[in-house]
Amino acid sequence: MSAKIQDVFEEPACEHNQQKSAKEKKKGCTKQLSPGAAAGGCAFDGAKIALQPIVDVAHLVHGPIACEGNSWDNRNSTSSGSTLYRTGFTTDINELDVIYGGEKRLFKSIREIIEKYDPPAVFVYQTCVTALIGDDIEAVCKKASEKFGKPVIPVNAPGFVGPKNLGNKLGAEALLDYVIGTEEPDFVTPYDINIIGEYNLSGELWQVRPLLDALGIRILSCISGDGRYREVAYSHRARAAMMVCSKSMINIARKMEERYDIPFFEGSFYGIGDMSDTLRQIARLLVERGAPDDLLGRTEALIAIEEGRAWERIASYRSRLEGKKVLLITGGVKSWSVVSALQEAGLEVVGTSVKKSTKEDKEKIKEIMGLTEQDSAHMIDDMTPREMYAMLKEARADIMLSGGRSQFIALKAKMPWLDINQERHHAYAGYEGMVGLVREIDKALHNPVWEQVRRPAPWETAACTGAA
Amino acid sequence: MATVGESRKACAVNPLKMSQPLGACYAFMGIGNCMPMMHGSQGCTSFGLVLLVRHFKEAIPLQTTAMNEVSTILGGMENIEQAVLNIKKRANPALIAIASTGLTETKGDDVDGFLRLIERKHAEALAGTRIVYVSTPDYVGAFEDGWGKAVLALVEAFVAPAPTRNPRQVNLLPGCHLTPADIDELREIIEAFGLEAIVAPDLSGSLDGHIPENFTPTTLGGSTLEQLGRMGASIASIAIGARMTAAATALEDRAGVPCRVFDRLTGLGAVDALMRYLTELSGNAVPAKYRRQRGQLQDAMLDAHFWIGGRRFAIGAEPDLLHTLAHTAHEMGAEVCAAVTTTQSPVLAGLPCEDVLIGDLEDLETRARATRAEILVTHSHGRQAAARLGIPLLRTGLPMFDRLGASHVLTLGYRGTRELITQWANALLEAEHSAAPQDWPLPPESAAAAQGGACGTGCGCDSALLTE
Ligand code: SF4
Repeated sequence: MSAKIQDVFEEPACEHNQQKSAKEKKKGCTKQLSPGAAAGGCAFDGAKIALQPIVDVAHLVHGPIACEGNSWDNRNSTSSGSTLYRTGFTTDINELDVIYGGEKRLFKSIREIIEKYDPPAVFVYQTCVTALIGDDIEAVCKKASEKFGKPVIPVNAPGFVGPKNLGNKLGAEALLDYVIGTEEPDFVTPYDINIIGEYNLSGELWQVRPLLDALGIRILSCISGDGRYREVAYSHRARAAMMVCSKSMINIARKMEERYDIPFFEGSFYGIGDMSDTLRQIARLLVERGAPDDLLGRTEALIAIEEGRAWERIASYRSRLEGKKVLLITGGVKSWSVVSALQEAGLEVVGTSVKKSTKEDKEKIKEIMGLTEQDSAHMIDDMTPREMYAMLKEARADIMLSGGRSQFIALKAKMPWLDINQERHHAYAGYEGMVGLVREIDKALHNPVWEQVRRPAPWETAACTGAA
Repeated sequence: MATVGESRKACAVNPLKMSQPLGACYAFMGIGNCMPMMHGSQGCTSFGLVLLVRHFKEAIPLQTTAMNEVSTILGGMENIEQAVLNIKKRANPALIAIASTGLTETKGDDVDGFLRLIERKHAEALAGTRIVYVSTPDYVGAFEDGWGKAVLALVEAFVAPAPTRNPRQVNLLPGCHLTPADIDELREIIEAFGLEAIVAPDLSGSLDGHIPENFTPTTLGGSTLEQLGRMGASIASIAIGARMTAAATALEDRAGVPCRVFDRLTGLGAVDALMRYLTELSGNAVPAKYRRQRGQLQDAMLDAHFWIGGRRFAIGAEPDLLHTLAHTAHEMGAEVCAAVTTTQSPVLAGLPCEDVLIGDLEDLETRARATRAEILVTHSHGRQAAARLGIPLLRTGLPMFDRLGASHVLTLGYRGTRELITQWANALLEAEHSAAPQDWPLPPESAAAAQGGACGTGCGCDSALLTE
């Protein structure tokens, strides 16, 4: 286990890592968490986030009720078919299991799932308590695979080994070790790509897929959004790969390049310029790997039309959004990729978080926002809830875009808020998505509810105090 | 009378249950200026927090000791110490309330011992902040158990015998199945009799969905420690739900305050009993308002019985809530055809159905299908099952993440009972099947007989055709 974690930490392709000294690298990305001042997800959470979008698999959580009972069915990763991934499976171990070990219960659980649901595979997630009592899920999975003639995949990422982000990578390792390369596709084409680290939240993959379809590019496997077990198993036959989020599954992209000679690039579906770059890169990589080179021209033609359409639609909001101030608090990953769309709509970005951004990301933000060194107040490393509240309350920002965690800070300050994190219910990918984002901001800002909730109570106004 | 069974499956599918520490922390949220904290790895807290946020659509104060692999092995003393000091510094709460988790229980941390040391070591720094601890391993019991234990811990920490009694003051100990609106309603009823209630814990102050004047990182309201300290001077304790018996009796033992446990306050007879008790306690007659509400409830019962009478209910809920719902349905003439719960409780044997199972939502779904249930009553996680069964889902209890207004749902008192049964009746009304011409086909034999009894006589007629 710890060797695996070390391996993941030393991921050479991680930009973050390249900037660290050897000593820093050793420490890995598990920043020591501060007790009493932290509340992120755990590694198990991360592994589950990464793999659960494989929709036809049974995801079995081996641990007490806390890990699955408190969390299942809480994501908007969408499926175009099977809904098995939305079923919560857990061994829900009890006191006796803690004393005598939970391996027997785990084995029986796998059997029950296979008998009742007959999925193409079962993924078994390790959690803190079962790791601590020493349950060997690898051994149980191996035995179960042999016995039932079906892949049973151990995902060894108990919560206490680190944060969500580490869990994403450990989840990815499980795919590398046990799934990828174990099956063959029915046929291959020179236009086959993998998309890695895209979870199809709110169906975002489907905002992008039509563009690829139009170009004749086939997504051989999306790891893991709307994925199927078999697709992941034969993903090693793709010609090229796109990695959507380097912070989550870069190990898959890099190791597949190493093992199967599949070149990859890191791209984003967020932001208009980024979407176009992504299409260009996919086309370029495929042509380099032997696809006919008319693909390049066709791609440019598509980009020209789609960009024009998107900018036109965004600009139509300009008169309504001109000069409104946005506070952008994301996980920090690629926050710059939406900044230009917001600016095009006339919005002013008064602050953006850079907590998880790399140096390069930060430079980009400065460039796009036209910031000088002194302006770095606009780049927020870590903002306390109190500061966010004050900023909104004093109307230094008109709307906050953030994850659900901070939504109530805005709402309690009676200010508009828009969800741009993983729990969101709107899809913001591709050209469609950016137009959608601006539309949602417009809706939020101009909702008549704001004027009403800010109105003073009748008894707070002079007419009602009885003074008159 | 019901026989109580326990699911013999190894694998829980679609958990109904949530964990004990979460139940405990939920109770602590009803104490003013409090910071609840789980002693465990950060994922547990994060999951619990997200769950409550999705239910209440409110900011939820909840902290973690952020245990990792190493600190778990070494023991959590240092993490608790750091967490407590951190929280004190950042939020300065009146109370830090700690619940253990499966991880720290498996390791066997002696938290009581740790806390004695910490309080001694940092007496000055921690002045003005009290600390309460409750042991709640995830692999034992469920949410309801955690809540019960937390309230007991509060009573043990803060209640002392009082020199004199306040003849107007009563204690109210609500179970975890009561919503903030339920607590409000009860308080109002008690006050209408000229009494005054100290509620512990009081979620109606903290999670009733209101906009405070200022931002605070701790709970937004709830009972104060000073109020808890005065509970010994009450003339009686009213507890709702069998799970609250332990805390109510502890209050009696410690301070001599006589207690009365109402196993439910939904249903005409149950509310009548409360009215009688309050009359006795206060010496005041039942206020006109409730006499009128009683009449309204009776009328609603008459109207609703046409729709509810004889209908088959499948209910999945924690014991006290299940008890409340099942008896109310039964009193309306419904048949409880499937009942599933999460943990042991003395109320289970008395349920008005043949058997009750400690199990999961898969069990409930299977039983509902087998008994041709017509309505499913459980929390939001029942939505997938209800869709598969093709029957309405009445969301009741926690979590209710796919509907708004969870904190304002009212289910007790004459008014709450009226609302509950009206909702049931309306759901059944809406699901009413409207008859179609082909609903009552004649069996082929009858059709054949009507044609002159030709069938089976070798005349060559095709009886299947006749029913088409
Ligand atoms: S921290 Fe551990 S016990 Fe808690 S949810 Fe994560 S895996 Fe489960």
